[in-house]
Amino acid sequence: MRVITGREAVREALREEMQRDENVFIIGEDVGVYGGAFGVTGNLIEEFGEERVRDTPISEAAIAGAAVGASLLGMRPVAEIMFMDFVTIASDQLMNQGAKIHYMFGGQQNAPFVMRMPAGAAEAGAQHTQSLEALLYHIPGLKVVMPSTPYDLKGLLKTAIRDDNPVMFVEHKKGYGEKGEVPEEEYTIPFGKADIKREGKDVTIIATSHMVFKALNAAETLAEKGVDAEVLDPRTLVPLDMESIVKSVSKTGKVVIVHEAPRRGGVGGDIAARISDSEAFYYLEKPIKRVTGPNTPVPFSPVLEAEFIPSEEKIIDAVMKLTK
Amino acid sequence: MELSEAKKLKMYRDMWRIRQFERKVDQFISRGDITGTTHLYIGEEATAVGAINALKDEDYISSTHRGHGHAIAKGSDIKEMMAELFGKRTGACKGKGGSLHIIDTSTNNLGANGIVGGGIPIAVGAALALKMQNRDEVVLNFFGDGAMNQGAFHEATNLAAAWNLPVVFLCENNQYGMSTSIEKAFKIKDLAKRGEAYGIPGVRVDGNKALEVYDTVLEAAKKARNGGGPSLIVSETYRWKGHSKSDAKVYRTKEEEEEWKQRDPIADFEQILIEQNLLDEDKIKEIKNEVDAEVKEAVEFAKESPYPDKDEIFDDVYVDREVEL
Ligand SMILES: Cc1ncc(C[n+]2csc(CCOP(=O)(O)OP(=O)(O)O)c2C)c(N)n1
Ligand SMILES: [Mg+2]
Repeated sequence: MRVITGREAVREALREEMQRDENVFIIGEDVGVYGGAFGVTGNLIEEFGEERVRDTPISEAAIAGAAVGASLLGMRPVAEIMFMDFVTIASDQLMNQGAKIHYMFGGQQNAPFVMRMPAGAAEAGAQHTQSLEALLYHIPGLKVVMPSTPYDLKGLLKTAIRDDNPVMFVEHKKGYGEKGEVPEEEYTIPFGKADIKREGKDVTIIATSHMVFKALNAAETLAEKGVDAEVLDPRTLVPLDMESIVKSVSKTGKVVIVHEAPRRGGVGGDIAARISDSEAFYYLEKPIKRVTGPNTPVPFSPVLEAEFIPSEEKIIDAVMKLTK
Repeated sequence: MELSEAKKLKMYRDMWRIRQFERKVDQFISRGDITGTTHLYIGEEATAVGAINALKDEDYISSTHRGHGHAIAKGSDIKEMMAELFGKRTGACKGKGGSLHIIDTSTNNLGANGIVGGGIPIAVGAALALKMQNRDEVVLNFFGDGAMNQGAFHEATNLAAAWNLPVVFLCENNQYGMSTSIEKAFKIKDLAKRGEAYGIPGVRVDGNKALEVYDTVLEAAKKARNGGGPSLIVSETYRWKGHSKSDAKVYRTKEEEEEWKQRDPIADFEQILIEQNLLDEDKIKEIKNEVDAEVKEAVEFAKESPYPDKDEIFDDVYVDREVEL
């Protein structure tokens, strides 16, 4: 099968959806001739023009609000926030406005827009590296998607654009350069379906976003040590595929949850709580473990940043402690 | 206030210090010796140097993502700055901040900012403190043309105006916010007009002429110091380099770049000082050599300095380290 990068996968999804539906348009900073801060929108402006690939001033509240507002009248905006950290500036429009519209107006009005946001530590210090998915995960009314592979990025972004709700689409900067198989033919991936990226019987590693790659590498090393790890990628956090999680955990009896965001208040804590609330609780042989970023901002120094990002070694360590 | 000869020469030297510091950083960034990205100040030196020299030493500044020039002009040690860019423990922020986050409490630099417009409300808060504490100092707040379209700019400027706070808003209009030209980002042509909307003076100044910037900021700072409230100054300039490390500059022409380079702020000031008999070829050479030696020393210091220990990741999250981490 054809191999492309995460960056190309996102761009293909955008292109195909813009070709399919003339209401789909892109709005964000430097998405036009610059091609996006991470080169994601690339040359789309040549194909679709300035009307549908709209460069904005540096005004995140207006970008998010314009996406909400345009969606009310039947447009399908795909907004881009250059770094996920700046979602804080857009947060009123996302959390108080977009997220609430369908509910508080009694289901009479929906707001079908997508907000794309590159997250993750990548040599840029405290204000350009955060993984803030937990903020969005906490807000009823928002769907939250956090893909890892090029295949998932493409299929889930197409679904996000067609979804009738506000969808927060969290990409990882390091995922843009990752390569993976993506078919030429059109496909979409439904929300709420986890993907077992590696089957195993001894332990379930639940990993999100770029941590999926780390977990897969760790699983290879673990195999050499005689531990057969299953790697489960939830792919969408809202909705979360608890059925697949419960099934996997019931099989292995041990869980390690891996995310890059700081541990306190992270999505991993909620997943752990939901596992212990479920049938799978009775199959657990060991405490649920988390491998996450520490409760610190992301430091700039390369040495400290490397310490921040959950490493394969830390994942292996956590698994070995459970399986010993 | 007439500038002393010594101060004029210091300003000239500082402009060179900024340029040569940035040229070195540019090399290290493109070679990957410095990780991540950076935003270079080359071409805009007259704005930082003209503006900051119009302040008293005790006055405050707040800076931006393009902040090396501000820090150097305010008197920061370039050894510590370079070490910070390399992520070393001896850096201005112990390696925690990097290029985007240089602060210097010893020179009353309230810090650079990774968030476009993020420093504007902070500057206003500092000015509020000065007023509440009956102090004499003022705050000089740098931000870019791009930042002017953040809600934070409007909210903070209005608040400062309504409360008559001692702050000078200095917009460095380098014609672009990343790839977006001011023609695309604004309907108005003269950004200084925005002052009127908040009831404060708004003036434009040639940001490549150090003495013009100096005079304009001097007047605004005096007004702020005397209880006259804030002013908005728009300093027209140009960044010679790309926005950051990976910028193919497809959004502007070579001709435009060349035109602006003809208006080199350092050459302009140098000419004035030559005409005033403060500089000649020998003196220029001497200053340049000294600056190069200083930058070289900074690089050596940065390279030889140790990285932080892994454990230091937990330092400084809170003032009291014992809070649960
Ligand atoms: C809130 C926010 N949005 C976007 C960015 C990304 N970004 C960093 S600098 C920059 C351009 C800023 O333009 P301007 O304010 O004119 O300053 P200049 O870079 O031209 O000095 C952008 C878009 C950011 N850091 N913060
Ligand atoms: Mg600018």
